[in-house]
Amino acid sequence: MATGVAAWLPFARAAAIGWMPVASCPMPVAPRDHRRRQDELIILNVSGRRFQTWRTTLDRYPDTLLGSSEKDFFYNEETKEYFFDRDPDAFRSILNFYRTGKLHFPRHECISAYDEELTFFGIIPEIIGDCCYEEYKDRKRENLERLQDDQEENKDVKLPHMNFRQTMWRAFENPHTSTMALVFYYVTGFFIAISVITNVVETVPCGSTPTQKDMPCGERYTVAFFCMDTACVMIFTVEYLLRLFAAPSRYRFMRSVMSIIDVVAILPYYIGLVMTDNEDVSGAFVTLRVFRVFRIFKFSRHSQGLRILGYTLKSCASELGFLLFSLTMAIIIFATVMFYAEKGSSSSKFTSIPASFWYTIVTMTTLGYGDMVPKTIAGKIFGSICSLSGVLVIALPVPVIVSNFSRIYHQNQRADKRRAQKGTNTGEQKLPKSACLLESQHHHLLHCLEKTTAHEFVDEQLYEQNYVEAVMQSFPAARRESVSSRDTATPTCCGRRSKRNTTLPIAALQPGVNQQGPLQELSAIHIQCADRPSRSTSRSKLNLKADDVGRLNCKGGRITTAIVSLPSPPALTTPDSDNLRGPPTRRPPLPSPGPSIQTTTSSANVVKVSAL
Amino acid sequence: TPSAERHEAAPAFRKGFSKKVVLNCCLVRRILTWASPKPQDSVEDELELSAVRHRPEGLGQLEAQTRFSRKELQILYRGFKNECPSGIVNEETFKDIYAQFFPQGDASTYAHFLFNAFDTDHNGSVSFEDFVMGLSILLRGTIQEKLKWAFNLYDINKDGYITKEEMLDIMKAIYDMMGKCTYPVLKEETPRQHVEVFFQKMDKNKDGVVTIDEFIDCCQNDENIMRSMHLFENVL
Repeated sequence: MATGVAAWLPFARAAAIGWMPVASCPMPVAPRDHRRRQDELIILNVSGRRFQTWRTTLDRYPDTLLGSSEKDFFYNEETKEYFFDRDPDAFRSILNFYRTGKLHFPRHECISAYDEELTFFGIIPEIIGDCCYEEYKDRKRENLERLQDDQEENKDVKLPHMNFRQTMWRAFENPHTSTMALVFYYVTGFFIAISVITNVVETVPCGSTPTQKDMPCGERYTVAFFCMDTACVMIFTVEYLLRLFAAPSRYRFMRSVMSIIDVVAILPYYIGLVMTDNEDVSGAFVTLRVFRVFRIFKFSRHSQGLRILGYTLKSCASELGFLLFSLTMAIIIFATVMFYAEKGSSSSKFTSIPASFWYTIVTMTTLGYGDMVPKTIAGKIFGSICSLSGVLVIALPVPVIVSNFSRIYHQNQRADKRRAQKGTNTGEQKLPKSACLLESQHHHLLHCLEKTTAHEFVDEQLYEQNYVEAVMQSFPAARRESVSSRDTATPTCCGRRSKRNTTLPIAALQPGVNQQGPLQELSAIHIQCADRPSRSTSRSKLNLKADDVGRLNCKGGRITTAIVSLPSPPALTTPDSDNLRGPPTRRPPLPSPGPSIQTTTSSANVVKVSAL
Repeated sequence: TPSAERHEAAPAFRKGFSKKVVLNCCLVRRILTWASPKPQDSVEDELELSAVRHRPEGLGQLEAQTRFSRKELQILYRGFKNECPSGIVNEETFKDIYAQFFPQGDASTYAHFLFNAFDTDHNGSVSFEDFVMGLSILLRGTIQEKLKWAFNLYDINKDGYITKEEMLDIMKAIYDMMGKCTYPVLKEETPRQHVEVFFQKMDKNKDGVVTIDEFIDCCQNDENIMRSMHLFENVL
């Protein structure tokens, strides 16, 4: 955290005294602290409630209202305090943001009121801490949806200029929009019910006629039932075609579940029409009639509950699958055991293991039909164990799944939201005003370490870039060059490299390193190119400007760094951006393992790099 | 009266019932503790440590013992307390703090030595007094005191002599903070060479160890070191 770094920097710098006696080179000059302001308490009067804090606390975030000179507009000369006519409760969290660096969202707060306060005080909501961010986003989305719903309802009244197709689609989707839609809704519902009842009654034995024995109604009143069926199918077909016509995206409509159900419901009839009086396929035709029962699913357009059930079943699929899997395991185990236990007894119904499956299932679900019972003692013992474990296996997960329904449902929703949020969660954090000085002091500290060890920090990115370039380039085998570079490779800690040097003075590894073997880890090649990519906060750039440590490019004391939450924090980005981010970078980023390579020769411009 | 008796009986029943409940709970708890494995001692220690709230000595006392003014002590304590509300810093926090300043390398070894140097009473934690006394020496002390502090840092086992092994450990720790990507290349023998250079300079009688007097003498004769000792004087 910024506050953390600021608090401990004096200590870290003081502790740098420990390097001084072992330093190889003289130390650089420390940056001067020009701003030595006496810290003072300022009073913030928010609707009568007085908050007091140090001026430096507010100065930490100069891009907000309180941290900038904008608050001078609210200064009250007589009482020598800053007066804000805002909500004091919400102001609490805002002031805490300055104190701790973390913005929290109080749960009892109304989301739109909170948003307004944040906008007023110039704080962007994206920096809400991780602890409260989810809640904030959830509430915000709910609010937005509610607003949208309100708008939509109003829109329904206020839109006269929809064309016929859109009107029809709206009528289909929302039956309450017009009386025609309502009529249509009820008519289709009625015919679905008629169709289902027809299918059921068709199979009921209708009483005997003098000519034949008991026969199902369907065969007795064939014509009547056929007419009824035809009527229903006609209605359904018309409905499907109308929906297809009205759908805004026909392809998407055809792929939707409801339309597939519609198709499945009416197709058997047409297939039956086509394939009449063909004995071979009559069996298949009969099977097709089974699909007519799918018409009952058409009710799900009429029932919100059915839709929710379907969705939750879909989202609970893994739990159900696990239940099924464990059941299958148990069934197989017990069926095997029962089969072998009952193998010896005569006239045993347990003729094979699959035959025992039926017994196991009936016993485990505590149905106990009694059509298969074990006769041997071992069989009875295992049978009782089977029924007991059946109770456990089935009865335990079922309530868990039931209670999981709502939990999983909401959890899935939240997980999706979180995933979507993570992709867009890049926060722009404003550096504190004193960061300028902080930065320079931190850099000075790092510079002292460099001088102590007579080595310099190098950006990994820069290094990798140069590594790639070096690999691409060809190399003359100039051994002499390497010898000379070996001489110059001794750390000339105090040598200054001119930044405008277009030729590349490079020090590379001596060839002798090759014999050291894989013990030698990464060798960093510091190549200064003429067109060095300018990264304004790059450490190596600071190396170039060794003379002007005091002067940094802080224009007017306002530096805005866009800090992106990186998936894997590279160890060698600037220390500031790592330090001044929020909690995620509290743990020290590990140095990323580079490829183990070794360099051999070097020439004036190019370096040959050979992988080990 | 029967109602009073009933009233008396009721609480007695309730007491007996509650006693039974309590006993059962104890039994249950005992069974559970027997069934579950014992927690590690370190966890309990950690809990203890985090529950400790250390309060520093009075402001006046600290003002007398250190070279900071009242206001400076206040500022120091505010920052310290903000970061460590428990009032003490343990080694892990130390290492974390230091790692934030040197993200490119591994600062944990050097932080460990530094921690030992600050923890003057060697109780495993740095309180505000230790912190402030150390800072007082480093920022406001005389050259002698600073050099003595540095010597104390290098002398890992605090026996009054800096051996080559100790110096090598310190040097490696410092070089570890640089990390891998350095220019010029960091080699295995660089710390060792540096130690050799150091001993050549400091060890006057070539007995393989550096005593405090040799150290202070030598440093006082070295201009660079003298100048750099004054570097951080206006840090606070």
